[in-house]
Amino acid sequence: MLFQIIWFILWGVLWSVYFMLDGFVLGAGLLHYVLGKSEGEKRVLINTIGPVWDGNEVWLLTAGGATFAAFPTTYALMFSYLYSALLLLLFALIIRGVSYEFRGKGEGEGWKKGWDAAIFIGNFVPALLFGVAFGNIFAGLPMDGAGYHGSLVSLLNPYGLLTGILFVLLFAVHGSLYVSVKSRGDLSARAAAMALKLWPALLVVAAIFLGYTKFATKLYDNYFGSPVLLVVPVLAVAALLCIRLFAGEGALLRAFTASCLTIVLVVGTGVVGLFPNLIPSSIDPAFSLTIFNSSSSLYTLKIMTVVAFIFVPIVIAYKIWVYRIFREPVTVEQVLEDKQAY
Amino acid sequence: MDVLALSRLQFAVTCMFHFIFVPLTLGLSMLTAYMETRYVMTDDDTYLKMAKFWGKLFLINFALGVVTGITMEFQFGMNWAEYSKYVGDIFGAPLAIEATVAFFMESVFIGLWIFGWNKVSKKVHALSIWLAAIATNLSALWILLANGWMQNPVGFVLRNGRAEMVDFLAVATNPYGLLKFGHQLASGYTVGAFFVMGVSAWHLLRKNRTDFFLRSFRIGAVFGLMAVIATAVLGDFHAVEVAKTQPSKFAAMESIWETKKGVGLNLLLIPDPIKECNSIEQLCIPKMVSILAFHTPDAEIKGLKEFPPELRPPVQPTFWSFRLMVGLGTFFILAALLAVFLSYRGGVEANPLFLKIMVLSIPLPYLANQFGWVVAEVGRQPWLVYGIMKTSDGVSKSLDLVQVVVSLLGFTCLYGALGVIDIYLLAKYARKGPDDDLSAILKPARQEA
Repeated sequence: MLFQIIWFILWGVLWSVYFMLDGFVLGAGLLHYVLGKSEGEKRVLINTIGPVWDGNEVWLLTAGGATFAAFPTTYALMFSYLYSALLLLLFALIIRGVSYEFRGKGEGEGWKKGWDAAIFIGNFVPALLFGVAFGNIFAGLPMDGAGYHGSLVSLLNPYGLLTGILFVLLFAVHGSLYVSVKSRGDLSARAAAMALKLWPALLVVAAIFLGYTKFATKLYDNYFGSPVLLVVPVLAVAALLCIRLFAGEGALLRAFTASCLTIVLVVGTGVVGLFPNLIPSSIDPAFSLTIFNSSSSLYTLKIMTVVAFIFVPIVIAYKIWVYRIFREPVTVEQVLEDKQAY
Repeated sequence: MDVLALSRLQFAVTCMFHFIFVPLTLGLSMLTAYMETRYVMTDDDTYLKMAKFWGKLFLINFALGVVTGITMEFQFGMNWAEYSKYVGDIFGAPLAIEATVAFFMESVFIGLWIFGWNKVSKKVHALSIWLAAIATNLSALWILLANGWMQNPVGFVLRNGRAEMVDFLAVATNPYGLLKFGHQLASGYTVGAFFVMGVSAWHLLRKNRTDFFLRSFRIGAVFGLMAVIATAVLGDFHAVEVAKTQPSKFAAMESIWETKKGVGLNLLLIPDPIKECNSIEQLCIPKMVSILAFHTPDAEIKGLKEFPPELRPPVQPTFWSFRLMVGLGTFFILAALLAVFLSYRGGVEANPLFLKIMVLSIPLPYLANQFGWVVAEVGRQPWLVYGIMKTSDGVSKSLDLVQVVVSLLGFTCLYGALGVIDIYLLAKYARKGPDDDLSAILKPARQEA
C-alpha cells in the first residue's frame, strides 16, 4: 500500500518534470518559424536547446520505464490501447531528435528548410498528442473486461482536444519565456512579447478546461473528498497569473520559473484527481487500472524505490550543474562566428 | 500474415535497425574519449583534431541510435502487452534502471561535450566524453541483463498469474546476461575499431593527411586486436552458458540432431531440417563441439530430436548466422593482427591491397553483430522467455491487422529515409577529413583552465 502510493507520487513527479523540461523544447520548437525570423535566429533557437533537449527527453523514457517497472499492467494496456496515437508520437519524436543534429550538417537551402519543417512538426505533434492523451486518461478510456473499445478517432473527443490545445498553449508560453531568457536583443524581446500575447488565450483555455473537467471527468471527486488538496489547483492558477505579472514587468527569469511551476502544478492537479487510478475506465469503474490492481510486487517496488532514491538525486545534481554551465544567453553573433555551434 | 507475425517482423526490423548504430556508439565513444585524453595529457593538437573528427562521426551515428532506441521501449507495451503484463515485474526494472542510471548520464554529458568546448576546462571536457562513453556501456549492461533474463530466467517465481521477482541480485548478476554484455561490448569495440581503421585506410590510399590517419589507424588497430580477442574469448564462455541453459539453441547453432557424447565439429555442414539430419557433414574435428560446449571432450550434447518439433528453433537461420558470425570473427582476428603488425613495423600506407581490404571490411563487423543477434533471438524461439513463455503468447490482444500493417510500413519508410540520410552524412564527413581550424576551441580563456 505504502509503496504503491510512493510510486504513484513518483509517477506523477516524473511526468510533471518531463513536461516542465521538455515543455520548453516543445514550445520553442512549435514556435520555430514564428520566433526564428532569420537563419541566425533559427540557429540561436537550436543552440539554446541543443545542450539540453536530449537529457530532457530522457524524463519521458524514465516515466515510461517507471510505469513499466512499477505498474506493468497499466504500461502494457496503455501502450497497446493507444497504439496508433503513440506511433504518431514516436515518429514525431524521432524526427525531432535527428533534426537538431542533422540540420547544421548538410548544405543548401532545401536541406535547412526540410529540417526546419521537421523541427516544427516534431515538436508541435507531441505537444498536441500529449495533451490529447492526458485528457483522455483524465476522462478515462472506454475499456472493460473485453478490452478496449476506442480508436484513434475516439481519442479526438472535445475534452481530449481541449486538453491538447491547453498543452500546446502552455508549452508555447513556456518555450517563449525560455527563449526570451536564453537569447538577447530583438529575438529575446519578441519572444517575451509572444509569451504576453499568448497568455490571455492560455488563461481562457485553462478556465474552460477547469470548468469542462467537472463534466468530462471525475477528477474533482478527490478534491471534494479532501478539500485540502485544492491547494494544488489553486497554486496552479496563482502560478499562471504570476507568469503574466512577471512577464509584464520584464522579469523574464521569474516569469519562466512561474511557467515551470504552472506546468508542474497543472499536471499535478490532474494526477491528484486521478488517485488511486492510473487510467480510469469510462465504462465501468470496476475495470479502472489503479495503483493497487496493476502494480508490481512489493519486492520489486521496494527495489525500485531504493534505485530511485539513490540515483534521481544524483541525476538532478549533475543536471543542475550542466544547466549552470550553459546559463549564458546565446546570441546571433555567437552562432554565426562559432564553428562549434549547431 | 497475422498480428503476431507482423509484430515479430516489426520488432525484428526496428531492433536490427537500432542495432546498426549501437555497436559503433559503444566503440567510437571509447576511442574518442581515449583520443581526447591523449590530447589533455600531451597537449598535441593532432589528438584534439582526432577527437573532433572521430567525435563528429560518432555524433552523426549516435543521433539515430538515440531516436530509434525510444521505439524499443515503447514497443514492449504497444505490440507485446501480454508479455509486458506477464513479466513486467522483473523485466520493467532493468529498463527503468537503464533510463535512470545510464540514459540521463549519456544524454546530459553528450550535450556538455558537443556544446561545451569553450565553456569548461579541457579536463572537464574530456571527462564529459568519458562519462558519456561509460553511460553507453552501462546502458548496454542493463538492457543485456533484461535480455539475459529472457534467455535464462532467474530470480523469480510464478505467482499471481505472472512472473514475480524474488531475487534482484540474481537478475543483476545473471551469468548469461553478464557474458552477453562482455561479448557485446567487445564486439561493439570491434565495430568501432574497424570503422576507424577503414576510414583511415580510405584516406591513406589517397595519401591524404597521412600522419593523422596513420596515427588513427594505429589506435584502431591496437584497440581492435584487443577487442576481437576479447570478443572471441567471451564468446566462447558465452557459448558454454548457452549449451548449459539453452540446449535447444545450442543444438540449432551446431545443427546437431542426435544426442551423443564427444561430438565432433564438421567444418563443412549443410542442415536438412525436413529430414531431421544434415545432408553434408565433412572435415570433422573430433570432439570439438563437446569441447566448445562444456570444455570437456566427452561431454554429451543434446540433439534437436530431444525436443518436440514445435519446441525447436528454426535451424537454418540459427545455424548459418552462427557460422557466419564465427567465420567473420576469425577474419577479424587475422586482419587486426596484420593491422597491428603493419602499423608498428611501418609501411601500412605502402600496402594498398591491405588498405583496400580494410576499407571494404567496414561493414563486416556490423554484419557479425547482426548475425550474433539472429543466433540469440531466433535461436530462442519458440520461446519469448526461455522455457517460461512462448512468443505467440506475448503479443498484444487489442491490436488489429491494419494498425500493425500501417506501423510496419511507417517504420520501414521513416527508418529507410533516416538510414540513407545518416549514411550520406557519415560518408560526407568521413571523406572530408579532419578540420585544421581549431581557433574556435583554443581560445585563450580556455587554456588557463
